[in-house]
Amino acid sequence: MVVFPGSNCDRDLAVALREATGREPVMLWHRETELPDDLDLIGVPGGFSYGDYLRSGAMAARSPVMRAVKDAADKGVAVLGVCNGFQILTEAGLLPGALMRNSGIRFVCRDAPLRVGNADTPFTRRYEPGEVIDLPVAHHDGNYQADEATLDRLEGEGRVAFRYADPCNGSARDIAGIVNERSNVLGLMPHPERAFDPAHGGRGGRRLFEGLVEALA
Amino acid sequence: MSAPAPITPQVVADHGLSPDEYARVRRALGREPNLLELGIFSVMWSEHCSYKSSRLHLAKLPTTGPHVIHGPGENAGVVDIGNGLAAIFKMESHNHPSFIEPYQGAATGVGGILRDVFTMGARPVALMNALRFGRPDAPKMKHLISGVVAGIGGYGNCVGVPTVGGEVDFHPAYDGNILVNAMAVGVARADRIFLSAAAGVGNPVVYVGSKTGRDGIHGATMASADFGADAEEKRPTVQVGDPFTEKLLIEACLELMETGAIVAIQDMGAAGLTSSSVEMASKGGVGIELDMDAVPAREEGMTPYEMMLSESQERMLMVLEPGREEEAAAIFRKWELDFAVIGRVTDTGRMVLRFGGTAVADIPLGALADDAPKYDRPHVPTPPRAPLGPLDFAGDPLEDLRALLASPDLASRRWVWEQYDSEVGADTVQRPGGDAAVVRVHGTPKALAITTDCTPRYCYADPVEGGAQAIAGAYRNLSAVGARPLAATDCLNFGNPQRPEIMGQLVGCIEGMARACRALDFPIVSGNVSLYNETSGPDGSGSAILPTPAVGAVGLLDDWRSAATLAFKAADEDVWLIGAPPSHLGQSIWLRELRGLEEGPPPSVDLAAERLHAEFVREAIANGLVSAVHDVADGGLLVALAEMALAGNLGATLDPLFPDPAARPADWHPFLFGEDQARYVVTTGNSDPFVRLTAERGIPHLHLGSTGGDALLCRPTRSGALLADLRRAHEGFFPALMGGEPAVA
Repeated sequence: MVVFPGSNCDRDLAVALREATGREPVMLWHRETELPDDLDLIGVPGGFSYGDYLRSGAMAARSPVMRAVKDAADKGVAVLGVCNGFQILTEAGLLPGALMRNSGIRFVCRDAPLRVGNADTPFTRRYEPGEVIDLPVAHHDGNYQADEATLDRLEGEGRVAFRYADPCNGSARDIAGIVNERSNVLGLMPHPERAFDPAHGGRGGRRLFEGLVEALA
Repeated sequence: MSAPAPITPQVVADHGLSPDEYARVRRALGREPNLLELGIFSVMWSEHCSYKSSRLHLAKLPTTGPHVIHGPGENAGVVDIGNGLAAIFKMESHNHPSFIEPYQGAATGVGGILRDVFTMGARPVALMNALRFGRPDAPKMKHLISGVVAGIGGYGNCVGVPTVGGEVDFHPAYDGNILVNAMAVGVARADRIFLSAAAGVGNPVVYVGSKTGRDGIHGATMASADFGADAEEKRPTVQVGDPFTEKLLIEACLELMETGAIVAIQDMGAAGLTSSSVEMASKGGVGIELDMDAVPAREEGMTPYEMMLSESQERMLMVLEPGREEEAAAIFRKWELDFAVIGRVTDTGRMVLRFGGTAVADIPLGALADDAPKYDRPHVPTPPRAPLGPLDFAGDPLEDLRALLASPDLASRRWVWEQYDSEVGADTVQRPGGDAAVVRVHGTPKALAITTDCTPRYCYADPVEGGAQAIAGAYRNLSAVGARPLAATDCLNFGNPQRPEIMGQLVGCIEGMARACRALDFPIVSGNVSLYNETSGPDGSGSAILPTPAVGAVGLLDDWRSAATLAFKAADEDVWLIGAPPSHLGQSIWLRELRGLEEGPPPSVDLAAERLHAEFVREAIANGLVSAVHDVADGGLLVALAEMALAGNLGATLDPLFPDPAARPADWHPFLFGEDQARYVVTTGNSDPFVRLTAERGIPHLHLGSTGGDALLCRPTRSGALLADLRRAHEGFFPALMGGEPAVA
């Protein structure tokens, strides 16, 4: 688990990973330049890295640890970026496109119904294609945009993992989460770690973690 | 320092000190103060810091109880919640700054209350707020609403503490003075609570956090005067918040607290370095010496006066164990925060400030803290309201319901709450919109229930009953989710205490609160007073806010799974009223919204019934006898039923038999819209054991009907309303007022 100054969902994601895997995630400070050798999964958590006073995720994308994350992703290590983590992954070039200010201008925190796109990734294998699940969103900059060619390619290659079933933030083609070409990097704005435990009410995020455990086993 | 400025009567007045208070300063020093010393006295003796008008009366509030670890006097109240843990919480006002600059005013209000909680060693786990605005169409009001809500969200969301609810009310009395009260709740190890009393002569005094700038100078003095026509000119006295630095400060302080290097710690809130250093030294009965040259400054050429009075945010002062400076500095370097040893603890009982090698201030601490003025200001009680005259009861109650659900005080607050991250931390069990928010105590099955409550229109009509109602309402909210009420915090917002009728409101509200706290074993463990919430017109006339003693409260659930919610759960369940049939329309929202009257006495508070009914409801929830619970509050019974139906997206049919089959339709309004206290609505799928328990406990109850369908049907009045229509009415107000995307149903 990568931790930046200003990350604030690191503990929440770590709790979900610990419960799903039975193993304790390693917390890595943003200044680290090397990652442990035997990593199965890198989590890039939500929050406001470096305050996000510049473009969300822009500073974190240039931190030492992200170079190491990019190298690991290139070697096929799974990377899960949630919310600010998704923003950081796009800023770092691990995923295409950008997360812009919500079309409604305001921060939005609510349960969002999502339609599962490609269910054939390590992150979505426990879902059915087209299935609608609820996951909470909580973001100010979740409006996914890319040029038309990139959007066409994402759709054509089955790289849209989740779409908003109701308009949420103005995202192009209602995109809520995408994977990279190798399907080992997922960035998504909604928070699966907040729909994991019975206390969360909705449990739409649980199968994402369970699927990951299966895929990485 | 530059050439000493002469202390003229005008300079004294500009510092908000009366001639009598200035004479007191001279007596305390045995000489004339210099400007720096005058500045220090002025902020320490401001209403905001010294509570000089309210202290005498605050002493009447009960503050102790078997589970209270620390009551008022510390940064926040501390209550034992078992498992070796304590809940730490406080509510505080940021009214004046928020009116002048709503985004930063509200944001720094959140930042300040968070510091009060983590200063004591707690990780903050929840934020709440109580907001009062003027008429929605008053000048500037949309700007204020939008700025305050965005500021609260902007700070809390970034710092990563969930904002789990609160109140938003409207009344013309707040047109010129909005109220922004923020509450923070944290959890700490009960055996590791950090206090502010400095100790250990020679120990280093350390400054950490952000650098000191010229922002917020004299904020405490500003917050201790009413607004004249120059409110806009006071904008530079509003501080600017940096939630990112606050997040780092939380993590760095909690990390340092693990090491045992901290002797005492205090956040720099109102009156910044002055009040933090004075409070730490005077509470410890020691002296303090500070080197102004060592204070991390944001810009060059700052004077000691500016450094001592700056209200720059995200700063803390601490006394460390000797020799632990380097260990502590390393932690703050990691978090990229300033760390500077700026002084030491002395045994002189004086505060000495040095700058450029010479002493620039030398003040006996006793004078600053203990000799602060304390006033017994003249007060007159609010005259009792005449009973309501005859009312016109024409009209279909369900039409009235639709109008009420669309009215500013009862409309859905979704537009507000969706701007707050209510779930970060992944321990939020009940989000905004219920009677109380429920937040799991991380790593345990326990949960804290948190609420705020106050009905200012009741307080205005009858301060004593209104004060009691604010406490009882908070107690009821906690009970309605099944939580055992632990303790409360208060934020007493009033007008100018130099007016006897305003002072009478303050005295009356405190009397009512004290009575309720005693009867309910529900102590006040922390709080804050905000006076001078009024705007003087050009002719000198004052328009004060409604007396608003906002109450924040915390309760405990042994298991979050037992928490009750207000949503109807299943069809064909019985709906019951706990408490005798309502009938009191005085000061009700129905009377105001549908008859245009703010008249009559408020509902009286029967504290024995409050306690009995609440204990019954908690027992029924704990034993699984009820499936949904909601307290009957603003708007009365029919509004409560509609809220339960809308939350569960499930209708109900109300019996033809309640409460009197012979009643004429015109008699339904007092029953359906009266705001009598100590009432709850519950549902149950198994009425027999429920009714048995009511009989055993002697609880008045009435069968209201049963759940089911997609409408609220009122058979006695032969009318009905589709939930879809009610939802449209309920969800429409805020988006229509504030613009933007339509609410999601």
